[in-house]
Amino acid sequence: MEQKELNPIPIYQYLDAEGEVIERLPGWTEDKDILLGYYRHMVLGRQADAKAVALQRTGQMGTYPSCLGQEAISTVTCALMKKEDVLVPYYRDHPGLMVRGIPLSDILLYWGGDERGSSGDHWGKDFPNCVPIATQACHAAGVAAALKIRQDSGIAVCALGDGATSKGDFLEALNLAGAWQLPVVFVINNNQWAISVPRRIQSGAPTLAQKGVSAGLPSYQVDGNDVIALHEVINEAIDRARSGKGATVIEAISYRLGDHTTADDASRYRSSDELQQAWGKEPIKRLRTFLHHRGYWDEQQEQALIKEVSLQIEQEVQTYLNTPLPPVKDLFDYHYANMPSALKQQKQEAELRAAGGQSHE
Amino acid sequence: MSKITMVEAVNLALDHAMESDPDVVMLGEDIGVNGGVFRATQGLKDKYGFKRVMDTPLAETLIAGISIGMAAQGLKPVAEIQFMGFIFPTMEQLICHAARMRNRTRGRLSCPMVLRAPFGGGIHAPEHHSESTEALLAHIPGLRVVIPSSPVRAYGLLRSAINEPDPVIFLEPKRIYRASKQEVDHKTPLLPLDKCFTLKQGQDVTLVSWGASVKETMEAASTLEQHGVSAEVIDVATIKPLDMETILTSVQKTGRCVIVHEACKSFGAGAEIAASLAEQALTFLKAPVERVTGFDTIMPYYRMEDHYLPSPDDIMKAALKTLSFH
Repeated sequence: MEQKELNPIPIYQYLDAEGEVIERLPGWTEDKDILLGYYRHMVLGRQADAKAVALQRTGQMGTYPSCLGQEAISTVTCALMKKEDVLVPYYRDHPGLMVRGIPLSDILLYWGGDERGSSGDHWGKDFPNCVPIATQACHAAGVAAALKIRQDSGIAVCALGDGATSKGDFLEALNLAGAWQLPVVFVINNNQWAISVPRRIQSGAPTLAQKGVSAGLPSYQVDGNDVIALHEVINEAIDRARSGKGATVIEAISYRLGDHTTADDASRYRSSDELQQAWGKEPIKRLRTFLHHRGYWDEQQEQALIKEVSLQIEQEVQTYLNTPLPPVKDLFDYHYANMPSALKQQKQEAELRAAGGQSHE
Repeated sequence: MSKITMVEAVNLALDHAMESDPDVVMLGEDIGVNGGVFRATQGLKDKYGFKRVMDTPLAETLIAGISIGMAAQGLKPVAEIQFMGFIFPTMEQLICHAARMRNRTRGRLSCPMVLRAPFGGGIHAPEHHSESTEALLAHIPGLRVVIPSSPVRAYGLLRSAINEPDPVIFLEPKRIYRASKQEVDHKTPLLPLDKCFTLKQGQDVTLVSWGASVKETMEAASTLEQHGVSAEVIDVATIKPLDMETILTSVQKTGRCVIVHEACKSFGAGAEIAASLAEQALTFLKAPVERVTGFDTIMPYYRMEDHYLPSPDDIMKAALKTLSFH
């Protein structure tokens, strides 16, 4: 049997790598504000990402995972969500978090090693970054179950990477989502690399999306660098979840143009030719070309946007850099709602130690 | 008021918690139609429906993971892991997420879930069904580990665990699920977490235990009484966080301490208690602290389990050893 016969998954694409239309466009693309909104957020996401890497390189932030190249997936996913929906992100969703209303200063604060980066009210009920792989898929299923049980109107959206699809948590969550008809959308950011392990070694399945088929879920592949295709597929999945028809699995195919994190050097395991080819497919240039062709965008607007975004990022960076360290008591105050007495003693000890006093009699 | 067993008290606590709070839901393998393999959830699906008493797929990681998702959205899930031997797949979810949800979001999200599991040996169960691995969980900041030793305490502690705004691991010693009966009903008081219970006052030696071993410890205390030795018996009940104050007060009075648990000796909760006594009560001790525990071996299959579990005689001998120390 040919491998392609094993692939039961449709793949969606409207714009080719050069931004040329290759499929009849859906009606909503006549609304240029939607497309321009995506473009602005993606540009913001990319500039912010570059700034975050620079902060790490200059010792002003901790290890950071770049989202370079996969801005479209995160941006479109979050733009299509409603406020009452719950995002269960993975650690490379920075553009989407900003779409959800999380200030960049929070994102920098989190990667700068401060728990308060996940604490503000603007986070609502959204989950914080998930560093362990795929564990958040189960949280998303639980959130969806809670929404269904309480008859709340929202849905859950779970983001994860291609490596996450190899873990049991992912498969267990999909299995439950199918069995319980849960209002959840799983969006796989297939950026081709799980640190140094390429997609072809990650799984023998021709597509990652088809793992959803075994759970009885509608499952699709989409060009993750094509905002129009992403919008179509994700919007339909969100509608399905919202109308009580259950979960969907979407494999959005993109490419991690950067290193895994700032502690990684991808040149050790992948070729510059491959990287160069991937740059030819990246989402921002593709959308910009399309917008130019349609007369929605010009160089003047581009320059104005770059300036506006730079100013915004600079302000957020200053907010982050000016955030004072939390007090030592914060180490203790949030582990339990009702602090155990033994911990109260350790808290006093830590405060004494921080004040330069003796911690032992 | 009728007298009921510990497993019936667990059932009653779950019933009353669900009755009093519509946000309390239950989930696990076989807990619905079947009422749980030990019948701890019997009748609850019929009373509260499948939306609140949920049979899950056979997937322990998932059970813990969805409980976290539910809890962070405001439900109070009470999850059952069928045997503690199957709790290990849940550890990543418990350690990496449940235990730290409040801290990592500075209280924006929390995880008011209870994870129940029958544990311990003595019922002739198959391999992987009889271990006592409570210390693994007790080591984790952010978790509570609660272990009842009687029907009244199972009821009172489980109700409190469900009310607790943070995650609680509630371990049920299955050897004593049906070992005794006590009067339990709606009026039975909720019991505080993070507190030890002094079951018997005494002057000569403090016996500290929890879970099923409390039964053998109380038997040993009775025998010691017949030999003219007055033993104080403390049921730790909440392993983490540990109420050392009650234990210290007792040891300051008696000057001697024997710690009894089913779990392996090394790195167990008994070691934590002994170390705290060494730190905080050394000058009160008249003899080295003794530990009567399981061995640092794999829990044997059931033909040999009596050789592994501490007996009343073992406990009595350890107490007499502390009394004869000079």
